[in-house]
Amino acid sequence: MALIDKIKSLEPDKKKHPFLHTVYDGFFTFLYQPATVTRGGVHIRDGIDLKRTMAMVVVAMQLCYLFGTYNIGQQYFMAIGKHAGYFEAIHLKILFGLVKILPIWIVTHLVGLGVEFYFAYKKGHGIEEGFLVTGALIPLIMPPDIPLWILAIAVAFAVLFAKEAFGGTGMNIWNVALVARVFVFFAYPGTISGDSVWVAGLTSSNGQVVTDFGGSGWVLHLFDKLWASLGWSTFGADGVPVDGFSGATPLALAAAGGWDAVTQHYTPSEMWWGVIPGSVGETSKPLIIVGALMLIFMRIASWRIMVSMVFGLAITALIFNAWGFNPYMEVPWYYHFYMGSFLFAMAFMATDPVTASATNTGKWIYGFFIGVIGMIVRILNPAYPEGWMLAILFMNSFAPLIDYFIVESNMKKRLRRV
Amino acid sequence: MDLLNIFLKSAFIENMVLSYFLGMCSFLAVSKSVKTAIGLGAAVIFVLAITVPMNWLISELVLGPKGIFKMDLTFLRFILFIASIAAMVQLVEMAVEKFSPSLYNALGIFLPLITVNCAILGAALFMVAREYNFSESVVYGVGSGFGWFLAIVLMAAIREKLRYSHVPAPLRGLGIAFVITAFLGIAFMSLMGINPANYFAK
Repeated sequence: MALIDKIKSLEPDKKKHPFLHTVYDGFFTFLYQPATVTRGGVHIRDGIDLKRTMAMVVVAMQLCYLFGTYNIGQQYFMAIGKHAGYFEAIHLKILFGLVKILPIWIVTHLVGLGVEFYFAYKKGHGIEEGFLVTGALIPLIMPPDIPLWILAIAVAFAVLFAKEAFGGTGMNIWNVALVARVFVFFAYPGTISGDSVWVAGLTSSNGQVVTDFGGSGWVLHLFDKLWASLGWSTFGADGVPVDGFSGATPLALAAAGGWDAVTQHYTPSEMWWGVIPGSVGETSKPLIIVGALMLIFMRIASWRIMVSMVFGLAITALIFNAWGFNPYMEVPWYYHFYMGSFLFAMAFMATDPVTASATNTGKWIYGFFIGVIGMIVRILNPAYPEGWMLAILFMNSFAPLIDYFIVESNMKKRLRRV
Repeated sequence: MDLLNIFLKSAFIENMVLSYFLGMCSFLAVSKSVKTAIGLGAAVIFVLAITVPMNWLISELVLGPKGIFKMDLTFLRFILFIASIAAMVQLVEMAVEKFSPSLYNALGIFLPLITVNCAILGAALFMVAREYNFSESVVYGVGSGFGWFLAIVLMAAIREKLRYSHVPAPLRGLGIAFVITAFLGIAFMSLMGINPANYFAK
């Protein structure tokens, strides 16, 4: 008996246990391509279906996950001034990253998949795959120290209101992962903006910054015994005071004093490789570019949106360079790629095929204006340090309108030929 | 530069619908198709562009202490503003009925109801409260009308797209319209807080 027959024999009865059947069906079609095919109408028949497509996007993100996990630890050790070299005590850095990112990942998936499974069961259709990508994206765009209950509320809000209310996977108008982030951003701004949230494991009490392992301290202490028995370096005690910690991100520095202020803290190569504080997955530029190239190569993400976004950013930045009203505007345009989350937003957020424009001309317009609006928010808006999340949500709202006008003009063009 | 500033602020940054939530009734009711939304939006731009400066003239030349009666008649402001708006809307309605009967039928009761559209009266009262001069009030009228137009057209395009999706039954119609409005509001918050005037050296 082959393995697949064994798995199939587990299938719960659809009438007796509808919820169990929904869950089984969701996992089965994730592992195996279903044997049923579309009947009637015009459809593209291809070996790669929706679940395989989504899984490829998740695969393209894995390098960001790996580096993000390392960087959480690296930022912590750089802040406390121990093991500051990039290749020192990697076991500690990875472990520290894992105890921060695993709870975020688990809570995101428990809450998101819970809502999704419940709706699939209530609506009486198969589990929709949309949460695979959303759930993989959300941990990457959160600060490492986000309180888990806030994360749970944000994910529940995003999946309920931005996706299920609009009819489920493939129907949403706004990017679900960004809605989760924007919810935290506006409802709990203290946890996601400012200088102190981007490095994990530190709290300030009475003006003195001290290390704080939080609820995950017991794991670190447990592993410390293992490291000690191997003779490796250990975390040591909790609550050690830290001196000279600023935690300011390049964007905050640039807003205050332009490019000179940034280079006093970070070298361009540090910013390029990503050993800077920031959201978990956004910091390392080359790894994001690898992910973006994978998506373009597999024809999953639209290169038109990526290219036009780069143009939008470059042109707006050049205009600001020429304007030169304050030091922030004078930051050379190519350094805007080094700071903040532009590349991550370009590779994984703006190219979401559901919320972007569907027409090819529309994609050029859509991407270009994300570049423009994002730069305007980044430089002109004193209230927000970074603009790509809001710029993408802004252009998500315009995408149906852009498509509408392009379809109308195409129809007019064709009618003239009739 | 002040005029450009007023236009940008009233159209995008302090949008009538999405940051003041004015003019919601027709925004929610007539946003089912892009074509009618464009028609109503254009009518609102026209009415605002005429009535805001007209109300400026009324409040300066008739109601103000320097007006023709030489006394402070500002307590008559509301009733006179409404009356002048109603007269303008009547004109617009006659023009639309004459030149585009199909649009007239599609807009239905909502065309005469522009009279009591709170965005129109709101713009006139904001104009008084912010002490704009005549040219500023023209720009303010056009700008806030354009912002309203943009909001209703966006809403209509999204609702047209949603026609093909399976919105849960209890949310269909107005329910999802409110959810969309909320998300549009969040999206427009990206520009909130920008003051273009800060970036031009005086």
